[in-house]
Amino acid sequence: MSRAAKILWTRAAVVVGAVLSLEIVCRAGLINPLTLIPPSEMAAAMLQMLASGEINGDIAHTFLTVAMAFIAAVLVGFVVGAALHELPRMRRAVDPLLASYYAIPIFVFYPLLVAVFGLNALPLIAIGFLAAVPAMLIGTLLGLDRVPRVLRKAAKVHRLNRIETVTRVVLPAALPDLFGGIKLALAYSFIGVIAGEFILSSGGLGYGIAYAYESFENRAMYGRMLFVLLVAIITNGILYAWEARLNRRRGRA
Amino acid sequence: MTRGRYDSLIDGVVTVVVMLAAWQGLFAYAGDVAITPPFTTIAYAAALLGSETFWPHVGATLLAFVEALAISTVLGIALGLWLGLRRFAGDVAEPMLAALYTIPKVTLYPVILLLFGLNLSAKVAFGVIHGLIPIVLFTLAAVRNLPPVYRRAARALHLTPWQTVTRVLAPAVMPEIISGLRIGFAVTFLGVLIGEMFASQRGLGFLVINGINSHNVRLTTAVTMLIILFAVGANGALLAFARRRN
Repeated sequence: MSRAAKILWTRAAVVVGAVLSLEIVCRAGLINPLTLIPPSEMAAAMLQMLASGEINGDIAHTFLTVAMAFIAAVLVGFVVGAALHELPRMRRAVDPLLASYYAIPIFVFYPLLVAVFGLNALPLIAIGFLAAVPAMLIGTLLGLDRVPRVLRKAAKVHRLNRIETVTRVVLPAALPDLFGGIKLALAYSFIGVIAGEFILSSGGLGYGIAYAYESFENRAMYGRMLFVLLVAIITNGILYAWEARLNRRRGRA
Repeated sequence: MTRGRYDSLIDGVVTVVVMLAAWQGLFAYAGDVAITPPFTTIAYAAALLGSETFWPHVGATLLAFVEALAISTVLGIALGLWLGLRRFAGDVAEPMLAALYTIPKVTLYPVILLLFGLNLSAKVAFGVIHGLIPIVLFTLAAVRNLPPVYRRAARALHLTPWQTVTRVLAPAVMPEIISGLRIGFAVTFLGVLIGEMFASQRGLGFLVINGINSHNVRLTTAVTMLIILFAVGANGALLAFARRRN
């Protein structure tokens, strides 16, 4: 068996082992069923809610919010990042803010956002956007910084014009870091939106979990929770594999 | 040198002025149902800092934060070192940890509450689940990216394992571990605040959510400002510390 396969199998064994031991601990009555229900029941509750269409509205609501926040964050983060890259002094002034940004709990701005945008979907989109945009911005700066000078020179030698230089040389060279930024932006917008729903909003998956918790509906709570965790983990897994492939291809080139 | 320092001083002042202007503009646009203007807020924050009732909240948050940070740091560095030195275990664990890092941890809050109850330890646990993983990941990467020649040199010099760790490995991985700690510091603080917002009767997070729910805009804005100043200040101190070491 190759080393990569061994790693994959070990990883699968760790996950299966953890889920199984949780199942056994719950079934043996070591944990109060009011605290934690067995994983099999979580999965059953999730599938049942998905099949009955009970949470479809919440899912659509949350995913749409995340998608808008994510797209806006990637676009704005990229444009502002590229602009800052061209303005070194501005960048130096903004740098300490960027470095400290994630120390700020963003959703304390929710009431302010409600006052600015009104009581609709926009404040929550803004929360997801604010959580995600610096990741994209930093990824863009990092990517543009790392474009080897020799490539820019090569573009000049080949007399590429500005647009060709960007599309043929700079962007492909910056791609891994841009991808890293996109990956983080997706994760952070998801986290921001779910957290916003959980603490402050009145709709979506995050709110559903908080509501189920407060009304002691364990199955509804754990079913939704499992769904959110699975979505996050699977999305991340896909992007991780994609990124690894991207890097491998570049390594060979 | 002096010129660069002078320039960055000007840049800093300009940044602060621009931010205060943006804040004032936001107030002009959104009105006092949403935010209080900068100078009113600073005055109110100063009054809060002078009042007897405010400090127990600060104390509650800081206590939970210090405990959570201590646990995240010790556990995170230990785990990161172990996974970094055992290559196979590290390869197995790294993507799993990265995946855990991307899950919205707020959704786990009910479980934490059910496990720990409505007291200090739930806040602490919540801070730890936020802060632990980035510290592990940074430490792991630091150990793994260590040039193999360092360890070979240590062996060639017949250093004892203890000397190898203290004289060679620790200084080499320190800068990256400090970046990990900086991120861990921020997210641990965030975790503790979220914990207080959702289910607590004390602490700064509680004050913010209490202000939101009772439409006490003055309180919310002032406490938010203090939280941001603390977070940015602490982060800046860690950054300066990391830079001086390099």
